Amino acid sequence: MEILNNQDSLWYFLPESVLILTFVVILLFDLPENWSKNRLLAPIVATIGTVLFLALSFYTQQFPEAITFHGMIINDAFTDFFRLFAGLTALITIFLSLKSKEVAQVRAEYWALLVGITLGIPMLAASNNLLMIYLALELISILSYILVGYLHNTKTSSEAAVKYVLYGATASGVMIYGLSLIFGVTGTLNAIEIRQFLISNPAEQLALFIGLLMTLAGFGYKISMVPFHMWAPDVYQGAPTPVTAFLSVGPKAAGFAILLRFIYTALTQDQGGVYVPLKYIDISTLMAVFALATMTLGNFVALQQTNIKRFLAYSSIAHAGYMLMAAAALNTEALRGVIFYMISYLIMNMGAFAVAIAVINDSGSEELSAFKGLGNRGRKGALAAVAMTLFMVSLTGLPPTVGFVGKFYLFSAVIEAKIYWLAVLGVLNSVVSLYYYAKIIKYMYFEEAKEQKPFALTGFSFPSLIVGLAAATVFFGIFWNALSYLTEISAHLLM
Amino acid sequence: MVELPHFLIVSVALFVLGFVGVILRRNLIVVLMSIELMLNGVNLSFVAFSRYLGDIQGQVAGFFVIVLAAAEAAVGLAIIILIFRRRGSVQTTRLTDLKDEIHAA
Repeated sequence: MEILNNQDSLWYFLPESVLILTFVVILLFDLPENWSKNRLLAPIVATIGTVLFLALSFYTQQFPEAITFHGMIINDAFTDFFRLFAGLTALITIFLSLKSKEVAQVRAEYWALLVGITLGIPMLAASNNLLMIYLALELISILSYILVGYLHNTKTSSEAAVKYVLYGATASGVMIYGLSLIFGVTGTLNAIEIRQFLISNPAEQLALFIGLLMTLAGFGYKISMVPFHMWAPDVYQGAPTPVTAFLSVGPKAAGFAILLRFIYTALTQDQGGVYVPLKYIDISTLMAVFALATMTLGNFVALQQTNIKRFLAYSSIAHAGYMLMAAAALNTEALRGVIFYMISYLIMNMGAFAVAIAVINDSGSEELSAFKGLGNRGRKGALAAVAMTLFMVSLTGLPPTVGFVGKFYLFSAVIEAKIYWLAVLGVLNSVVSLYYYAKIIKYMYFEEAKEQKPFALTGFSFPSLIVGLAAATVFFGIFWNALSYLTEISAHLLM
Repeated sequence: MVELPHFLIVSVALFVLGFVGVILRRNLIVVLMSIELMLNGVNLSFVAFSRYLGDIQGQVAGFFVIVLAAAEAAVGLAIIILIFRRRGSVQTTRLTDLKDEIHAA
């Protein structure tokens, strides 16, 4: 393990540099009056930048793992995975944004902001320094505030944005105060050095514990962990739908990445694949309680939602609860499980949002009742309904879908860690979730549509994206070897 | 002699005052100012620890917090202006378009 200086680290930063360049270039498109007339230019440049980012991250993946920028950023297999994840999420979001009628009239800055958040995801996932964590978190947050409030002519969008900005700023303020307490007690901002300090000074320190709890508030807000979830339903409902899709997958995964990296690096000691919590900080039980509260609240409140975006918001809170089990289980299986779950969540959640965008485009309504009779509205309607059924089955976690495999890995990690009560209650929670996911399936097939006109899902590319995501849901549910190989090499933290 | 605890007491006081302001005040501008107060508490704590530990990292962190506070305030104020244009008011009590509706199941 070597700590590289700034100059040698630059090679590792190549993929991110491309995103920075793309961000700046797209921002320039808004400057001259007539440039922005070609609305496709900015998304095309954003796509090229993201593809280049992915290609270069495959290139930097071959470098030996290293701690770069004097211990600020860690480049390990875990970081490489989140580069891949961020790139894929961004590409799907760019596509959904092009197809959604809500954001049809955006300026070039919209695409620049998307690229900016994409840059923040791997940087947050790679942070090893408390200050770096704060900076990357704020990079994602501040750009998200702007994107959420992007629809200037709707009342709900600006309301969502102001709620997000006040909640987010307060949460990150609490977090940075916690980080300053940790700095004061341990005398360092480096996560690896914090662990070394805690091992050599195992005395109980109240200030340190308070600092950790305050830090968890910041992470918890990013991943919508109960009790820091209150912003999520309002923001998800008010934001433009493609932005909601992006926020519920990309930044949330980044929040998980840094939560797991921080807990595994700073607060536990690696003993051959099992990460033992350090003395006096029983992070495992704490996170188990948070996980249970998050999934239970998400599932039970989702039962009575009538707005599709609010519904998916509570569903995403419930899924955050499942993924939080990895922070409680604290072993290599849990890391693998949560990485697998993130991929499966990317596929099925983006799929569900894609169908939701198609339905909102068609009906102009965000109510769940817009799904009624979708299965009987022509060939395109049947296609969308079949795909949505698969996504709902996968979100519930039933075979033969990728959601089942993801849940299987996570629950087996929890059982491996011998937290049986969490596993049992988690499975019971999945049963509850079946009720509301099946409600959408019931609406699509067993209820009459208001108007019996054929479902408007025109063009070739949008239906094929939905079909592709649905096919991936089933394919990786049956042949998950390729994905589990990826998770095995990615579940490696340099510490 | 002014020692580390004195600085920390002031920093906690600033932070708590800001937090209480965020929770209790109903005007969006005042809430944003309260958040700035919280961040000032953070800065004082970072700089005090930095001085006490003889470690420059804390002061660097303080600078970054100042920069981000400015960025956050800029975005926050822009969004508040948006709210004011749509609604003619910056009271949090008027922001009720997005909420959970309670239904009999």
